[in-house]
Amino acid sequence: MKGRTLSRHFRESFKSLGRNGWMTFASISAVAVTLLLVGSFIVMMMNLNKMADNIENDVEIKVVADAAASDAAVKELKEKVEKIDGVASVEFASREDELDKIIKSYGKELSLYKQSNPLGDALYVKAADPHDTAAIAKKIDTYEYTADVVYGAGKVEKLFDVVEISRNVGLILILALLFTAMFLISNTIRLTIIARGREIEIMKLVGATNNFVRIPFILEGVWLGIFGSILPMAAIAIAYQQIYAYWQPKLVNEMFQLLDPIPFIIQVDGLLLFMGVFIGVWGSLMSVRKFLKV
Amino acid sequence: MIKMKNVYKKYSNGVVAANGINIDINHGEFIYVVGPSGAGKSTFIKMMYREEAPTSGQILIDGTDLGLLKNKEIPYLRRQIGVVFQDFKLLPRLNVYENVAFALEVIEETPTEIRKKVTDVLALVGLSQKARMFPNELSGGEQQRVSIARSIVNEPKLVIADEPTGNLDPDTSLGIMNIFEKINNRGTTIIMATHNKDIVNSIRHRVLLVEGGMITRDEYEGEYSYEG
Repeated sequence: MKGRTLSRHFRESFKSLGRNGWMTFASISAVAVTLLLVGSFIVMMMNLNKMADNIENDVEIKVVADAAASDAAVKELKEKVEKIDGVASVEFASREDELDKIIKSYGKELSLYKQSNPLGDALYVKAADPHDTAAIAKKIDTYEYTADVVYGAGKVEKLFDVVEISRNVGLILILALLFTAMFLISNTIRLTIIARGREIEIMKLVGATNNFVRIPFILEGVWLGIFGSILPMAAIAIAYQQIYAYWQPKLVNEMFQLLDPIPFIIQVDGLLLFMGVFIGVWGSLMSVRKFLKV
Repeated sequence: MIKMKNVYKKYSNGVVAANGINIDINHGEFIYVVGPSGAGKSTFIKMMYREEAPTSGQILIDGTDLGLLKNKEIPYLRRQIGVVFQDFKLLPRLNVYENVAFALEVIEETPTEIRKKVTDVLALVGLSQKARMFPNELSGGEQQRVSIARSIVNEPKLVIADEPTGNLDPDTSLGIMNIFEKINNRGTTIIMATHNKDIVNSIRHRVLLVEGGMITRDEYEGEYSYEG
């Protein structure tokens, strides 16, 4: 194809947007409304997902060393634990630290124990993948000098189950919404093109090749997608920043944290733009195809 | 230029519109295709630019066997044939100038050439003053002239017209015929399906009578008359 034909296609696709007036407006609105819906939902799901991650990452194993174990033995134990596959971090807390923690939470009376501390040193172990927690705990339990290995057995598994289910439900909802969006938008575009079926037929009869007919329509789909996604992109970017500015300071010490607006908004907006354009092009292609068989 | 051998066409609803057509048409001829409605005139014509494909038989245009054309090649066949439709088939969203220019854009003509050729052809059909108007702002005769302008703008060797005067009053029809005469005098082959008795009988050319999907009469300087 020659360069000027391509530029003709560009001109033509813009002209067509203008001359189709209301149909263009209808398509752009359909894209905008559905993408706004999809976008808000994705923002919500991603934040809930982040919360689920936070909850999961909060799971840790507390390894209590034998009170009788020497410092060297505990150090050796720590090194051994660090070497286990899938261990992300091991934090050491001395028996004195542990006692201070207990005194802090249960009251000064317990400071009597400072005379003879019954506690052992402790290691706080985090797994790289929280789902490996149980296996790692089991392994640590077999090592020498461990008095107790605690990770909330039973409860942790249940928590993981709940998080897993809510994630899947969210994913299914997003997919269903996406599917609806595709259907809605491509249907609107289809209507605008069916109204022009005769035009396509005429173009074919005066000797236009399929690509010559198709390309302006594809470009038109691209513009519809771009124009349709601008509004939801802006709306989500502004709204999320507002929400973030308002809520984040109040959530500082909570387990639930909002995702940082950068790069999150850019990612969501990029996704919306991509979806808008993809659906626009796809809708155009599907609808034109039918009329090319002249 | 055009050769049809035993061309047979049966539509999916069972109608047989071409029942063994054999014809030879030479370069530069002017041919009327006459016959009652539903006799197969339109099918006869549509098969030449491949809007319809024959069920069996062979159609050659300038030596090209249309039966061997791939779908991808059809547009290139159509570019060598100007077609004037009874219902004009103008693009409603394009103005007169753009409608005519479209046939040249399709073949990737340069903008300078497009401007020159479109201006010339609009002058030929007498529509220079209405170049910026849209089809729905024109009369039937004017729309038909746009359709003719579009069909001849890239100087095809063959122009096919399906009842180009079908919806027009006698004076306008005569004006249209003058245009076709002019084109024919430049050496373009013209095949015209028509019901217009006055024209066929006053401007004499070769007449093909189509009845029941067959060519039942083929006369040079023929008359319109047919039975039934």
